[in-house]
Amino acid sequence: MCLSVPGKVLDISHEEGFRMGRVDFGGVVKKVCLEYLPEIRVGDYALVHVGFAISRVLPEEAAKTLKLLNELGELERGENR
Amino acid sequence: MKYIDEYRDEKIARTLLQQIAGRLTREWVVMEVCGGQTHTIVKYGIDRMLPEGVRVVHGPGCPVCVTPLEKIDQAIAIAQLRDVIFCSFGDMMRVPGSETDLHRVKAGGGDVRVVYSPLDALTLARENPAKRVVFFAVGFETTAPANAFAAWQARQEGMQNFFMLVSHVRVPPALSAVLTAPDNRVQGFLAAGHVCAVMGTREYEPLAEQYHVPIVPTGFEPLDLLEGIDRVVRQLEAGEARVENQYTRVVTPDGNRAAQERIFSVFEICDQTWRGIGEIPASGFRLKNDFAAHDAAAAFDIAAIAPSESSRCMSGDILQGRKTPADCPAFGNECTPGNPLGATMVSSEGACAAFYHFGRHEKPASETPREG
Ligand code: SF4
Repeated sequence: MCLSVPGKVLDISHEEGFRMGRVDFGGVVKKVCLEYLPEIRVGDYALVHVGFAISRVLPEEAAKTLKLLNELGELERGENR
Repeated sequence: MKYIDEYRDEKIARTLLQQIAGRLTREWVVMEVCGGQTHTIVKYGIDRMLPEGVRVVHGPGCPVCVTPLEKIDQAIAIAQLRDVIFCSFGDMMRVPGSETDLHRVKAGGGDVRVVYSPLDALTLARENPAKRVVFFAVGFETTAPANAFAAWQARQEGMQNFFMLVSHVRVPPALSAVLTAPDNRVQGFLAAGHVCAVMGTREYEPLAEQYHVPIVPTGFEPLDLLEGIDRVVRQLEAGEARVENQYTRVVTPDGNRAAQERIFSVFEICDQTWRGIGEIPASGFRLKNDFAAHDAAAAFDIAAIAPSESSRCMSGDILQGRKTPADCPAFGNECTPGNPLGATMVSSEGACAAFYHFGRHEKPASETPREG
């Protein structure tokens, strides 16, 4: 139940007075409430939990973490040579 | 999928494992707080790959597992009423109550609906004005923004037929409870990343300081968890005890302010009973008085229900990191996901269910005390 998945915001609309949007989870598209992410834009990734976007995925931070991890991976590959 | 697959690289995992091993000068016990983390750890066998000097124990962060039996019995009583549509997240359906579960109530003709979001319950209430629609609002801080939104919206629309049976839990007081238990072994935490996405990391700083424990909010992919364990171990070996955010792509120090505002306009903090553990002060949310019109606890006559718990289940010890599912004599024989004796065998985030699904009930002979 606590599962939350990152998906890409495809569009943003207003329904019954609140911000909704369609979010693409690797091909599966769902309607999601965007009320809690006033700053989110089309093309951004959002973390979605029980129909609500709760956090924007920060691409710069994701890149930083990945870079660190990849450097570790390179180290490993280097040692194996 | 983007932001998922990148965090599953095997080579990097191996390097992280070596790095952790290289740091160890003694043994450490680390608790992953959230059931989603437990699921990843057991699925990828991370607990078995770790060097001997570091043990992960599974924490209380499964909302399905800790919802008190009394609430389950109340849910069952309400779901049996003729004029009610009872809405629940799917994994609450098989949680054993004192006598039955929601799944059986439904099979017996009760109108019980599995919903994906509290918004679906609101829609049902609008479409069925002659029925009372009751939503089982369980969860941690991750789910609180969604559930708060439902109550807010129901009041906004002046809905007369929408109610919430609330059983909400908060993580920080549960960590205090784990740490102050007399037989506690936990020395560091992987905090629940998605709880922190909502609440931020600041509320963990006093805990890290007071109990001198490293607290590292992590994500849910294997590399997230390994990196988190590496950071906890690094701090422990250095004698440090800080909040250190591994999951920076999703978690910020302040969390989601808009969500927090809505949570605290709808809910107030209360003492809360955790199934298998007992009452933990200030560890829950309940609806504020302004929302009494939508509170199932006030609208339905359920106060007198007296629960009775199976005596064989040791899920309380499992949820506090004192035991693992393999220690339970019922695990995998009397107790299976098809016939669960305890809530930790129901949800995919429950430690017993995770162990079962990933084949841990096929114990090697040397680990099977009953046949020794
Ligand atoms: S295996 Fe079943 S009976 Fe044993 S602790 Fe887990 S849920 Fe309870």
